[in-house]
Amino acid sequence: MEHYLSLFVKAVFIENMALAFFLGMCTFLAISKKIEAAVGLGIAVIVVLAITVPINNLIYTNLLREGALAWAGYPEVDLSFLGLLTYIGVIAALVQILEMVLDKYFQDLYNALGVFLPLITVNCAIMGASLFMVERDYNFGESVVYGLGAGVGWALAIVALAGIREKLKYSDVPDGLRGLGITFITVGLMSLGFMSFSGISL
Amino acid sequence: MSNVSVKEVLFSPIFSNNPIALQILGICSALAVTTSMQLSIVMGLAVALVTGMSNLLISLIRSQIPSSIRIIVQMTIIASLVIVVDQILRAYAYEMSKQLSVFVGLIITNCIVMGRAEAFAMQNKPGISFLDGVGNGLGYLVLLVAVAFFRELFGAGKLFGIEILATINDGGWYVPNGMLLLPPSAFFIIGLLIWALREWKKDQVEAPDFEVSSHTVKEAF
Repeated sequence: MEHYLSLFVKAVFIENMALAFFLGMCTFLAISKKIEAAVGLGIAVIVVLAITVPINNLIYTNLLREGALAWAGYPEVDLSFLGLLTYIGVIAALVQILEMVLDKYFQDLYNALGVFLPLITVNCAIMGASLFMVERDYNFGESVVYGLGAGVGWALAIVALAGIREKLKYSDVPDGLRGLGITFITVGLMSLGFMSFSGISL
Repeated sequence: MSNVSVKEVLFSPIFSNNPIALQILGICSALAVTTSMQLSIVMGLAVALVTGMSNLLISLIRSQIPSSIRIIVQMTIIASLVIVVDQILRAYAYEMSKQLSVFVGLIITNCIVMGRAEAFAMQNKPGISFLDGVGNGLGYLVLLVAVAFFRELFGAGKLFGIEILATINDGGWYVPNGMLLLPPSAFFIIGLLIWALREWKKDQVEAPDFEVSSHTVKEAF
């Protein structure tokens, strides 16, 4: 239990998807002007990450890994080169299914998420989490915790950035730095703040 | 769009319409690889190759793709190309592919590739689309190399792994700035580069959300 807890804390703070690995940056910078939008997107990312990482983990261990097809009588087959294609397929399909389910049963949430849901397919944080899961050889339990933690960390970062940007728009920034430039520098400072967690070893 | 010149399509993304500095595309997978010149050149070339080829292939079949499933079709083409690049790197530059770790795979979700496929290749002829893809890849490469130049030179005193500024650890005079090798510095450098670029090309400056209004009431004192 303790192991899972420390993995969770590590995924949220120490290895924050957005601020330590720069994943999901495009959406992170583009959709952080308003807090409401940031919260909606954050929730969507948490949901998708918490589902896709474990599913990709199952696919990897049972179908793609070298020797994983032994149960089907092909112990020497190594399909791991198909990984990228499979993960993105799973993510795209899952986002589509999630969109349909939400549309049918949870109309309110669906309306709140709006256009962000399909956008999640091309969010590198989702794909990145799956690839990290493979690279670090997480088992199923760990991948559930890791997916959830990575999502929470990303959501935390985007909501924090949106909060800062809402205040920032009243300030008088030099012309060339206005908009994207100052946002980059803000994110840099936030990332510096998050680095203070990096000394913690769990 | 048929009368756009080849030169413009190929070179305008480098400065005047840079994918990172202006279009906010493809920042995701890029920043972590800019700690050394060598890595960022490999990464930039890989992206330029994938963007060019995917634009070419998608443009070839653009009139056959039903628009409702176009995203999935584009994704499949891009993912296949990235797998090819990944396997080539593993075969011929194994050390490099280890250091790039997951970031080669993340070219799939790099918004530059998707963005150009959607915005340019779906409407234009194959030849010009290929050039547009390569041009945008080059714009990405130029920004990556610019960031890597500062980070590697001042962070480690080296360029391409060759010592330029003799660091104090090796008996030299230069005290390396370790912060430049850490993630946050990439943001600062890109922020400042964008500033410099926009001072040079004024038309890229964003409109302010609010104007600071001038004083209209005489102060009481």
